[in-house]
Amino acid sequence: MALSNVVETPASGFNFENVSRNVALEGLLEGGHTKAPKPMKTGTTIAGVVCKDGVVLGADTRATSGEVVADKMCAKIHYISPNMYCCGAGTAADTEKTTDLLSSNLTIFSMNSGRNPRVVMAVNILQDMLFRYRGQIGASLILGGVDCTGNHLYTVGPYGSIDNVPYLAMGSGDLAALGILEDRFKPNMELEEAKQLVRDAIHSGIMSDLGSGNNIDICVITKQGVDYIRPYQESEYKDKRQRRYKYRPGTTSILTEKIVPLELEVVQETVQRMDTA
Amino acid sequence: MFVTQVYGDNGKMKEYHYTGPVEHRFSPYSFNGGTVLAVAGEDFAIVASDTRLSEGYSIHSRDSPKCYKLTDTTVIGCSGFHGDCLTLTKIIDARLKMYKHSNNKCMTSGAIAAMLSTILYGRRFFPYYVYNIIGGLDEEGKGAVYSFDPVGSYQRDTYKAGGSASAMLQPLLDNQIGFKNMEGVQHLPLSQEKAVQLVKDVFISAAERDVYTGDALRICIVTKDGIKEETVPLRKD
Repeated sequence: MALSNVVETPASGFNFENVSRNVALEGLLEGGHTKAPKPMKTGTTIAGVVCKDGVVLGADTRATSGEVVADKMCAKIHYISPNMYCCGAGTAADTEKTTDLLSSNLTIFSMNSGRNPRVVMAVNILQDMLFRYRGQIGASLILGGVDCTGNHLYTVGPYGSIDNVPYLAMGSGDLAALGILEDRFKPNMELEEAKQLVRDAIHSGIMSDLGSGNNIDICVITKQGVDYIRPYQESEYKDKRQRRYKYRPGTTSILTEKIVPLELEVVQETVQRMDTA
Repeated sequence: MFVTQVYGDNGKMKEYHYTGPVEHRFSPYSFNGGTVLAVAGEDFAIVASDTRLSEGYSIHSRDSPKCYKLTDTTVIGCSGFHGDCLTLTKIIDARLKMYKHSNNKCMTSGAIAAMLSTILYGRRFFPYYVYNIIGGLDEEGKGAVYSFDPVGSYQRDTYKAGGSASAMLQPLLDNQIGFKNMEGVQHLPLSQEKAVQLVKDVFISAAERDVYTGDALRICIVTKDGIKEETVPLRKD
């Protein structure tokens, strides 16, 4: 006899049922003059450069929600594995979760096989997942890492396309950053020169693009290890206000006050003597 | 792998990876950003605006102030669609000259406000996409602020914020100048120095959180001695 309230095991993977519901809801909401909540986007400038000793990744730190700055110090360079980091542009939640998922998968793989994951493996996993969701996951990623085969830099687009190039920029400030990279990139650069180039590229994105701003984060990946410098450069604009805006206690009016005493029952009493010497 | 940007019909950028059908239509309007603020005091008025001109995610100019001097006692701040701002100020200037030649005196702030209302309503069915705020001295020499909507509805205020960051600035002004939502606080009249400090602080905050506001702040202080202009740098990113 089957139990009447047996829970059905869900089908594996994600389901797309909510997509059609969301489209319908959006239509209803717009008609009723209310706006659907907008997902927070990173409206970003991210860049990566392959140099002689490793890979340098850079990102700005502004996250926008429409035209309002939602986060002034958000971290866009995500950890994937000890030898790989990933910058993300697009919908903030999508980049966070996708890179977390990738990181977990690669950790399991490392434990199973006893090897460090290769960058191509990470890229293939990302491409597979993003293509499966047909662009519904709005994540543009720059994946950089160093493994036994060398220094690699890849970009994965939201629809699942990949590109393997020595220098890259993504996000809303990509054209500004790419201008700097196209001008000054040389193959096999020194580390310091590469860091300066990435810093300048992100800076150009910050100044020319309204969706990017605030500070610059840099992540340097080499065979010896990773140097995650956050922030590499703080924004030179300090908000110095001329007056102090403090409110004394009592400024907010108390309209009603209700005190509810907690009725406690003594269930057990233990006395422990303290040695007061 | 670059995705071209798709603009919505008011010039504001659409979703970055927009999928789905896109109707390409010519829109006569565009949104160029910018925030304007006006405060009226006992014997002075302040009109302030940022100087950034933007479109979509790009910056057209970092030095395009939105306050325009009309007479010795009146300044107008216009934000919204820059094309309509320029045309509107030209029309107001022409009408001011005509009034001066016919009536042999300058228009007062109240008169300019009333005239602007009729000019805007004249285009009720193809409006000027401009948010106006007039700041100046009235006939008695007291500070006056008149705020408008795009089709000409106006009222006299003590303080008003308009433009892209208006929703962020107006509650702050309500609290600091109007003493709203505060209890047991002395209602001191606003001095000119305190008002200028407040305006600077408020724009620093707006530039932090609104992407369309920034670059520099232009403050016009209107007193019986004339109009003094001050420029303060803001965030450029």
